[in-house]
Amino acid sequence: MIVDPSADDRLDRAFMALADPVRRGIIARLSRGPATVNELAEPFEITKQAVSKHIQVLEQAGLVTRTRDAQRRPVHLDAQALQALTAWIDRYRLIHEQRFRNLDELLATSRGTDAAASDAGTSAGTAQEEMES
Amino acid sequence: MTNPVTITAPEGLPFIDIEREFDAPVAAVFNAHRDPELVKQWLGPRGYDMDVKRWDFTTQGGYRYVHTNAEGESYAFNGVFHSVRENEFAIQTFEFEGFPDVVSIESMTFEDLGNGRTRLRAHSVYPSVEARDGMIQSNMEQGVSEGYERLDELVAA
Repeated sequence: MIVDPSADDRLDRAFMALADPVRRGIIARLSRGPATVNELAEPFEITKQAVSKHIQVLEQAGLVTRTRDAQRRPVHLDAQALQALTAWIDRYRLIHEQRFRNLDELLATSRGTDAAASDAGTSAGTAQEEMES
Repeated sequence: MTNPVTITAPEGLPFIDIEREFDAPVAAVFNAHRDPELVKQWLGPRGYDMDVKRWDFTTQGGYRYVHTNAEGESYAFNGVFHSVRENEFAIQTFEFEGFPDVVSIESMTFEDLGNGRTRLRAHSVYPSVEARDGMIQSNMEQGVSEGYERLDELVAA
């Protein structure tokens, strides 16, 4: 299977959407059934406006949908989209995505780059301990 | 916006190819693979403790590390570094100790793109397609970063 760019985009959005603990909390709540913005905002100590923004991100990632239901506009979890994320290749990708983003962060600090500058050409740092056999 | 990661797992072939660019010079990306103190900061899933027992990123060197999560579950990995050429190339074996004897061979190319940017390419070869798919799925079980492990529960709910 070749991972096509559109799938890449979709996953990238999903990754961003799920990288936030509040959004994961919202997803967890929605897995038990649809809920309104008010209901979703309840467990979090953030404004309703902030929760609405989080829901928008989840919507753009295709993980949740909103329906018109008279005055209530409940948010629904798209279980299929979430299921797609658990296909092994996608999860494998998420893990690497996380790993590479960690590496990005490390490389963005002076530590990552200074070490390279001062270490270049010297022998490798090694970690060695007695291995329990 | 972050650099995209491209992962290709061809149908019917026991390969996996990963490609990713970094906004950092090749020496820095290489060093992040060589220095165990730096490796610890990015290789482990979040929420896991990474205990590096051995890390000798040199030709004929080797490595072993153990990830332990908050529940105290441990997952160990080991392998040898067959060849390592500074800022350029490395070949290593990779074994998850939960699946002994299923060893993949991974070659990593560090490509200097100029302007302080680097492309990293990793090509993994597994003993069989089944080994590739099975290994990766089990790798999922332990490697899922904080938050994603809950996806299965959510989907099952």
